[in-house]
Amino acid sequence: MSRIIEVKNLSYTYPNEEGKVNKPALDNISFNVDQGEFVGIIGHNGSGKSTLSKLLNAIILPTSGDVIVAKMNTKKEENIWTIRQTAGMVFQNPDNQLVATIVEDDVAFGPENLGVLPEEIRKRVDEALKTVAMEEYKTKKPHQLSGGQKQRIAIAGILAMEPDCIIFDEPTAMLDPSGRKEVMQTIAKLNQEKKMTVLHITHYMSELTKADRIIVMDQGKIVMQGNPREIFSQVEALKAIGLDVPQMTELGYLLNQDGFDIPKDILTIDEMAGALC
Amino acid sequence: MLKDITIGQYYPADSLIHQLDPRTKLNFTFAYIVMLFVINNVWGYIAAFIILMGVVILSKVPFGYLMRGVKGLILIILLTVVLNLFMTPGTVVAQIWALTITQEGIRTSLFMALRLIFLVVGTSIMTLTTTPIDLTDGMERSMAYIPFIRHYAHELSMMMSIALRFIPTLMEETDKIMKAQKARGANLDTGNILQRAKALIPILVPLFISSFRRADELATAMEARCYRGGENRTKMKVLKYQRGDMITYGLGVVMIGMLLATRLLNLPVLL
Amino acid sequence: MLEIKHLDHIYSQNSPFEFHALKDINIAIESGEFVGIIGHTGSGKSTLIQHLNALLEPTSGTVVVDGVDLFKVDKKDLFTLRQKVGLVFQYPEHQLFEETVFKDVCFGPRNMGLEEAEIEKRAKEAIELTGLDFETIKDKSPFELSGGQMRRVAIAGVLAMEPAVLILDEPTAGLDPRGRDEILGQIQKLHREKHMTVLLVSHSMEDVGKLVNKILVMYQGELVFYDTPAKVFKEIEKLEAIGLAVPEVTYLMRKLRKHYPDIREDIFTVEAARKEIERVVKHA
Repeated sequence: MSRIIEVKNLSYTYPNEEGKVNKPALDNISFNVDQGEFVGIIGHNGSGKSTLSKLLNAIILPTSGDVIVAKMNTKKEENIWTIRQTAGMVFQNPDNQLVATIVEDDVAFGPENLGVLPEEIRKRVDEALKTVAMEEYKTKKPHQLSGGQKQRIAIAGILAMEPDCIIFDEPTAMLDPSGRKEVMQTIAKLNQEKKMTVLHITHYMSELTKADRIIVMDQGKIVMQGNPREIFSQVEALKAIGLDVPQMTELGYLLNQDGFDIPKDILTIDEMAGALC
Repeated sequence: MLKDITIGQYYPADSLIHQLDPRTKLNFTFAYIVMLFVINNVWGYIAAFIILMGVVILSKVPFGYLMRGVKGLILIILLTVVLNLFMTPGTVVAQIWALTITQEGIRTSLFMALRLIFLVVGTSIMTLTTTPIDLTDGMERSMAYIPFIRHYAHELSMMMSIALRFIPTLMEETDKIMKAQKARGANLDTGNILQRAKALIPILVPLFISSFRRADELATAMEARCYRGGENRTKMKVLKYQRGDMITYGLGVVMIGMLLATRLLNLPVLL
Repeated sequence: MLEIKHLDHIYSQNSPFEFHALKDINIAIESGEFVGIIGHTGSGKSTLIQHLNALLEPTSGTVVVDGVDLFKVDKKDLFTLRQKVGLVFQYPEHQLFEETVFKDVCFGPRNMGLEEAEIEKRAKEAIELTGLDFETIKDKSPFELSGGQMRRVAIAGVLAMEPAVLILDEPTAGLDPRGRDEILGQIQKLHREKHMTVLLVSHSMEDVGKLVNKILVMYQGELVFYDTPAKVFKEIEKLEAIGLAVPEVTYLMRKLRKHYPDIREDIFTVEAARKEIERVVKHA
């Protein structure tokens, strides 16, 4: 079981005008992601999660501490391109990731940059489109697609580069519920069927119910880490840092205050119905 | 819907011309345009017409589409005809008030008008039968033969294809911004030139700002997919010449020869 | 206040891209109501709201705002009308363009041709209505603000026109839970204090259920429901059939009914569920 991402005592402070002292965006955080895991990172806007994603991809470098991807340190310039191929990244804005005029050309963009041979690129593109269930849209233009479809194409573009892990930086923030569902289903499929290592950054708790591990961030620090049930049950702490809890978990918490005895890590409607009947 | 109209108006069809390599079409059109300036007698223009008609018929593009481009130039064509008709010195053939029409005038104005029309139709056929992205690919490959420019062939072509990709998206965005400002009472439809220009500021500023942000995000996404310029970059779709292209190149040589001959041979003068 | 009769809209009629976006819509909205508009992308919500301030013209049908038929009015009078119905689009921060926050918020009132003193008064009030501090923010460039602040400035820009009807298209789009709660709280406050008629377009049944007194559900250009939240949320099967989901607690109540036949089904907030469960289950 190899360690795909290793973050050690990472701190980052944005550069600013002279005389001012900025608060660190990330304050001495450490965590790991192992092969095959589905790790979720959750926090409200300003918790440091977007800074973290830029550091993982070597878009910015740490002020102190290290980010190591597949045993390569992001500080070494010669590693950068291999790091980016190993840890692919899907961003928030579906439109601003698609660069080509038709879908299959866009999915080919990544492998083309890697110097892959044309026949191999063709194979990878067809396979990637099949994985995200968008083969029929091969020759469509980006503006003809919905938000959820565009994001799936972006995911296919990353798959075509054959990464070891995919980092999703709030991929559903700009999508409507059906688009959000499409993307979450694709991510779940990638992790469960294709055994892809997934790091999912979001502010929607409901997207992390199937995660192996959740890391909760607030003000640049990691405040909680654990499996979904452990995390969700801490209703008060989560609300205090401005995060949502699944409705059932919140209801269970409130009912317990009224004298009921609902399990703290309750998650689904069925479980609640079972607990009350 | 505006966003379904792309620059250069591609007309999808399944014709021999559509299937040709874009480079073939680019080179053929270029040669044709050059020859249009070489021919200098009626025979030349008749030959040019036959060649053009042949291509038009093979392309399966409806006549109406072709004429759209010409329609836009009606004014220029008329101006050219009138100027040359009345201003060319030579053997006077007719006289209307103070204006004289010479035989040379008729000849020159006719030739100039035909040249313009053939030019527009010829170029239109090329853009009507080639998708913008194929044109870009064709140009990128062709640029490799031009000194100085060839170092930037990849960058230029990437710029062109990104622009093409975002045109519909930007049009949608402009529409949204216009609606939002109209909802705040912005008046975009009336007023003199100065007022209308000022009224564009609430549209252009947001558009520019969002475009810069878009460009920044796109660049980050491209780098995340390991883009670092054209070096060592491969392409999934490589332009490859087919038999049809070779035949077309052959015909191109024949065309040049034919048209050149009309100028060089001592053919009977018709006009 | 708002009367929509037989509203029909077809995009690109007689072309290969023809799209029937609105089909015979009939709604009457009273002054001071708070209406939530729910529906999928493509259900016609955006098309509908753009008719309410005459940004779009109907293929057929009428829209009457405060007694005035929008489409029988002279083009030049449209401006006065647009001021009556304020429309805040999705991601409104994308419409900011002026050098300072103050100037941007003044854009609307200025287009209305008001006196300078009145413009300034309205801009100040509007900015404060969105929870921002006027003095701190008025001279800042809109582009150096945070996303949430920019959004509030954009909303202030519409509020400064003092509309009688305020329409907001997914005001919580792209915000995190805290941001969402803040904006919705602000809108609720506006509705209460200013007695505006408010239309809130949203994807989230849960967000909307808590705030509004009527819900309008659209599906493929048709009006499916227009009723109080309690009545609309009871129609679980119909809502599911058109691809909308009710809040989880509503599903729970339905399930509990099998065991506790007394339990009410028109519950859609966690608090209400808590009370109801206490009432029925605890004493069972």
